[in-house]
Amino acid sequence: MRSSVIIFPGSNCDRDMDVALKKFGFKNQMVWHNDQSIPKSDLIVLPGGFSYGDYLRCGSIASKSKIIKSVIDFANSGGLVLGICNGFQILTETGLLNGILQQNKFLNFICSNVFIKVKDKQNKYFRDLKKDILELHIAHNEGNYFCSDDELKLLEDNNQIAVTYCGEDGAENEATNPNGAIKNIAGIFNKNKNVLGMMPHPERMIDKYLSGEDGSLFFKNILDNFK
Amino acid sequence: MEVTEAVAIDHGLKKEEFSKICELLKRIPNLTELAIFSAMWNEHCSYKSSRKHLKKMHTKGKQVIQGPGENAGIIDIGDDDAIVFKIESHNHPSFIEPYQGAATGVGGIMRDVFTMGARPIANLNSIHFGSPQHKKTRNLLRGVVKGIGGYGNCIGVPTIAGQTTFDESYNGNILVNAMTLGLVNKNKIFYSKAAGLNKPVIYVGSKTGRDGIHGASMASATFDDKIEEKKPTVQVGDPFTEKLLLEACLELMADNSIIAIQDMGAAGLTSSSVEMASKGNLGIELNLSEVPCREEKMTPYEIMLSESQERMLIVLEKGKEEHAKKIFDKWNLDFAVIGRTTDTKKIELIFDYKKVAEIPINLLAENAPIYDRPWKKTKLPQKLKFDKDEFKSIKLSDSLKKILSNSNISDKKWIWDQYDHTVMGDTIQKPGGDAGVVRVHGTNKAIAASVDSSALYCFSHPLTGGKQIVCESYRNLISVGAKPIAITNCLNFGNPEKEKNMGEFVECVEGITEASKYLDFPVVSGNVSFYNETKDKGIKPTPTIGGVGLISDYQQMLTMDFKTEGNLVYVIGKTDGHLDQSIFARELLNEKKGPPPTVNLFNEKNIGETILDLSRKNLIVSCHDVSLGGILTAVSKMCIKGKRGIKINSLKGLTNKYEYFFGEDQARYIVEIPEASLKKVKEILNKYSVHFDELGTVNGQSIAYKDDINLSIEELADAHKYWLKKYMDS
Repeated sequence: MRSSVIIFPGSNCDRDMDVALKKFGFKNQMVWHNDQSIPKSDLIVLPGGFSYGDYLRCGSIASKSKIIKSVIDFANSGGLVLGICNGFQILTETGLLNGILQQNKFLNFICSNVFIKVKDKQNKYFRDLKKDILELHIAHNEGNYFCSDDELKLLEDNNQIAVTYCGEDGAENEATNPNGAIKNIAGIFNKNKNVLGMMPHPERMIDKYLSGEDGSLFFKNILDNFK
Repeated sequence: MEVTEAVAIDHGLKKEEFSKICELLKRIPNLTELAIFSAMWNEHCSYKSSRKHLKKMHTKGKQVIQGPGENAGIIDIGDDDAIVFKIESHNHPSFIEPYQGAATGVGGIMRDVFTMGARPIANLNSIHFGSPQHKKTRNLLRGVVKGIGGYGNCIGVPTIAGQTTFDESYNGNILVNAMTLGLVNKNKIFYSKAAGLNKPVIYVGSKTGRDGIHGASMASATFDDKIEEKKPTVQVGDPFTEKLLLEACLELMADNSIIAIQDMGAAGLTSSSVEMASKGNLGIELNLSEVPCREEKMTPYEIMLSESQERMLIVLEKGKEEHAKKIFDKWNLDFAVIGRTTDTKKIELIFDYKKVAEIPINLLAENAPIYDRPWKKTKLPQKLKFDKDEFKSIKLSDSLKKILSNSNISDKKWIWDQYDHTVMGDTIQKPGGDAGVVRVHGTNKAIAASVDSSALYCFSHPLTGGKQIVCESYRNLISVGAKPIAITNCLNFGNPEKEKNMGEFVECVEGITEASKYLDFPVVSGNVSFYNETKDKGIKPTPTIGGVGLISDYQQMLTMDFKTEGNLVYVIGKTDGHLDQSIFARELLNEKKGPPPTVNLFNEKNIGETILDLSRKNLIVSCHDVSLGGILTAVSKMCIKGKRGIKINSLKGLTNKYEYFFGEDQARYIVEIPEASLKKVKEILNKYSVHFDELGTVNGQSIAYKDDINLSIEELADAHKYWLKKYMDS
């Protein structure tokens, strides 16, 4: 499976994503934000970081970058686009995904392991995933997902909520919500479920010496679904 | 403006220093020249009070590639890999403006590391605040933590360990010490020594503004009531630009275009250009009209003194200008040829086609004043005679809970949750352990690092304190299974013009030197921060040691959490029960006098090597050093982390349980041993003639000792985990 990771100035999880993708057998290439086009890919990843410093609203400048038109075209033609953390923020800014990511409820950056529940498996990311609850890692200051009531209803009706924060036992409540996100939302799809944005970082959890290895399941599952 | 003695004094120079300048120049300097002298001759840049004593430090070792004197120290970790590291203070600015002060401290130390060609792989910090009851403490802590996080998180370098303490002596002068480690190929290291004539001098990075002017002078003076007015001397950080600068510099470093490179830190363009020329025994000519400025009508004086962040000065091979410019253009950074190297051995500044300054380099560097300041020895305090009857009214379990929730012992998760500690995907031991550990990307090796200081011990007896702190660092590295290699130090002290403070400095340095020599744990970099004093009140002497060690196979890394029910728990090293200067004495007896625990370097080394031997042979499964709070505190942390309890044996021949459990004797570790390894462990302990106590067995969900203690892990965790969060929320 061919993948492309877009590097924006200020991206800082681009290398980690490259390492993770290659580890599981993706043929990955790095693409510079000023490029006009993206090499032939089956998956495009927008990595975490602070694109363009995020001095304006997070992800907003990246959503106007030169490369982004190709990403949008790719997504609209059904290609898989995955945005992690800052990548998720960028995807909401482009309009490919609904809603916004506000500052965390407690106004602090938070770096921690979290549990997330997979809410929908009728898609190319999570189909046949053997676990329903994954332990992943978050590291963000603006991960507090919010959208209007109408948008939320659409997300729910179309099963576009991808993953939610929960406890180890699956409980979704205020105590298991690290950043105040509406309905504990940690990640969502677009309507066709080819575009996925989520705050947790699977690329940081890919071997047992790290904070955990549930990230491995995530990447392997995408590959399995592609075959 | 006419330069007079009064103007010189306004620039932080002493009367005698100004006369010396005039004498050396054989004329009165103009204002720009005076500014350059003041920037180079202040304490912060010239080390004029400390240099004499720093020379004695132990700085050599088999693995040392670069010792003190460069941007950072470098050690060899095998296979052409080398680790570049240094710790630096940003105390004064952080008190004035905590967010920016701390943020630019992190930015500055990272630049020191990547200037040498290394990619930063880990950050650490040691931060010290006034009493929790002091009205400024909470806001300063919040600001500093946000500043450190704001910068490090954005760059994408994990913050893997740190230290936070509270003491009223920091009420008017907090300490913010930041450390960075970077990885470099040992054949591709870059230095700041200029070489060759007529080579282009390049300015890259951010534009120069009026921020931070006189920053280095501000850091070389004590504080008074008017410190708020000094806010403009604090620089403003831009981590995004630093990230671009990092990537652009590393890209340019991939080939052979760079002759020398130096970041513009304290005293900005002045100190970077003078240092490069001085090291290369050359002259340098700068055309200040070419310097990219962000504000209009900046004068040569302002350009030379600005401490705007995220800037570098490079001496390039001739003909490589276009190639280099392309890289900086790609990263949207300023790039300007602003001068050339010369054979004049002078710094010559041109502005608007006129020469505006001309100073022989040696007057700024070698001829800078050196002081042999008078100092006073601190006598070893008399050992206290505790009234042990008084102990009887104190319950062991209450004491333990009180100690675990002490501000200096309690868990600091509230802080490190705000630092990205997992980015780069190689963090295998997070903050909260004895040391942070990151893998050397793509290899089996891992690097352990820890920051430590013991101001209470150093205040009581600086010589012992200096030794102790090196040993503590050594133990922390060994506790994670790393072989200690070298240290960096940040020497935070009060006013060196006072004999007591100068004495504290001299004797701490002596202690550090003695221990680092004995343990073969050389000092490869560091910095000195004097004048941590407000209205005549100075801080307790706080040398901070940043230790670095190597784990050759990361699968052998140790952690402190208890692993398996039924495993045996031993205390390795002898406990005499030293309570003077302990947390127990302070918290439960309100006793602050007495000497710190004695340091026995033979025991430190012998026991340290024993533990390493045990860990290399996979005979122990967890390990933690015993320090502040003694055995019971150490064991509690192992229980909390492992979510497993311990049944402590009825210890034979125990003279006093308080002394045993809370004494802070040095050179001790607690290890967890599987039953199957026990015979071999005992053989090794006997081979090294190391004392050990069979403390107990990993058991259940509580910590239990006879009828004295029966506390559930939950109770312990409650006492330990939430003090800081509650404090910050209140």
